[in-house]
Amino acid sequence: MTTTVKVPELPKRTKKLYAQDIKDRFISIFIGIFAVVWVFPIVWTLWSSLRPYSEIRAGGVFSPPQELGVFNYASAIDRMELPTYFTNTVLITLPAVFLILLLGSLIAFVVTRYSFKFNVAMLLLFTAGNLLPPQLVFIPVFKLYLLLGDLVGDRRFLYDNHWGVILIHVAFQMGFATFVLSSYMKTIPKEISESAMVDGASVFTHYFRVMLPLLRPPLASLGVLMITWIYNDFFWALVLMSTDNKRPITSALGRLTGEFVTDYNLLAAGAMIAALPTLIVFFVLRKQFVGGLTLGSTKG
Amino acid sequence: MSVETAAPRGEQVARRRRFFTRQDKITLGFFIGIPTFLHVALVWFPAIATIGLSFTYWTGIKIEDITWAGLANYENIFFNTPIFWDAVRNNTIWILWFFFIATPLGVLLAYQIDREIRGHKLYQSAYFLPVVLSLAVTGIIWNFLLRPDGFVNGLLGLPISEAISFFGDERYNIWVIMIMASWRHIGYIMLLYLAGLKAVDGALREAATIDGATEWQTFRKVVFPAMKPVNIIVIVITIIESLRAFDMVYIIYGSSGGLPILGVLVFNNIAGEGASMKGAAYAVILFLLSIVPIITYLQQQFKDDVR
Repeated sequence: MTTTVKVPELPKRTKKLYAQDIKDRFISIFIGIFAVVWVFPIVWTLWSSLRPYSEIRAGGVFSPPQELGVFNYASAIDRMELPTYFTNTVLITLPAVFLILLLGSLIAFVVTRYSFKFNVAMLLLFTAGNLLPPQLVFIPVFKLYLLLGDLVGDRRFLYDNHWGVILIHVAFQMGFATFVLSSYMKTIPKEISESAMVDGASVFTHYFRVMLPLLRPPLASLGVLMITWIYNDFFWALVLMSTDNKRPITSALGRLTGEFVTDYNLLAAGAMIAALPTLIVFFVLRKQFVGGLTLGSTKG
Repeated sequence: MSVETAAPRGEQVARRRRFFTRQDKITLGFFIGIPTFLHVALVWFPAIATIGLSFTYWTGIKIEDITWAGLANYENIFFNTPIFWDAVRNNTIWILWFFFIATPLGVLLAYQIDREIRGHKLYQSAYFLPVVLSLAVTGIIWNFLLRPDGFVNGLLGLPISEAISFFGDERYNIWVIMIMASWRHIGYIMLLYLAGLKAVDGALREAATIDGATEWQTFRKVVFPAMKPVNIIVIVITIIESLRAFDMVYIIYGSSGGLPILGVLVFNNIAGEGASMKGAAYAVILFLLSIVPIITYLQQQFKDDVR
């Protein structure tokens, strides 16, 4: 922070800096104590998940462990049918994120690279749409899904179907993707597009060959953020699905909490497994996650 | 948006026209058309339809059964549904708590971490951790600490028969939920604010310190004003998140209304057996409450585009 030139000239200032140093030490310790408090709930859940519930019922929460192991995990995977729920999560999350990135980048591309009368209005439409409360949208979407289902002769065409949940995520989050990607695209020099057009590239080539490769960094950030958001979604899969074993893991947790209420430590293991993919994001892809989060809020 | 070229105007227009072949026009049509159709059909159309439906009676089976209700659904909510006011009270507490406690803590945390105090990298990770977890998992994790035979009651030395019911007892439940919600919110605000702080010119702060400003003065007079755009976003996010709260409360209380909040009330009236257009009216109320933060957000983000 300070340069060596400044130190000798003002002894008063060094004294002040010293005081600040001590203050900083206190601040650091204070924040440190709370940091421990912050991770404690997760550590405690992890610890509980390694013990049988019967031990805690017999000896209380602080009883020394006699048995430690991953038995709760094995049993959670088996009894809670976690593989089914995880498959559902993958079947919903991957297509949804792919479509969000594709469609969002298409709109952002057209809006920033070609000038139409309604450029800003379009962008506003998508960004505002993303901010509407999901509850405001639910009733008509639900009826629409049933109606379309009746039209094609299968009530579960969209309602109670992965595709119904995928489509609503795409429709909503596309707004956010459009907003983030368009502010990124504005920073890409116009000359690149112009030279492509002068070379006679079609709109199609312009998008896929010229722009898309340049969009890799924001697409990666946005992709990680979207995966986390959709993975963590609780509401849509809860209301748009009626068959429990079609639900993704996060929404299934609601029912599992009720069902396994008698074996808390099994539930702890289940929750830790459900948290695992997001913990991977935390440990491995944090740069992208934070990048995606802040791209949208501070405009790069 | 104008192209700066030395070419005469006529030539430029001609050149530009050549770019759009028939095929290009079709491509552009699809590029805009498909996303716009999907977005309008599944977000805007339903949103407007819900507003319309909130003025009707409908059990939601046949379209012919819809009958005009005027303001009856709203009257019902405002005058005959005491739980609505409980929910309003709880959501208000939620907003105030986030606004005056959780968000400022997140901001101060970001400020200290940005100053690179000792251990800042580790601290940043610790506070960031809850942000990636789903609210459903958060609910389960905290349940572990707070249930009758959980950690906190164990720490207080209370046997199960005398244990404090943190989620059931009305003296505690809203505050317990506030702490749980803050657990995630503080880290979220910290991350947003940190990104903003990185963009503030370090020389500004240096200059303030050299001029003899204290840490607090530097923050209040120099850093905070420079962060105005981020401040607005943070406030908007704080309000929108507090109004929309649903997941965590639902996973702990289900539909029971043990802690009424607007998100759960809407849910109880639109989904499942109890569906009625009173639910639509609830959703519209929720929307109207969030309209100011939504517009503020849009104004902030689009102020460069719309002049």
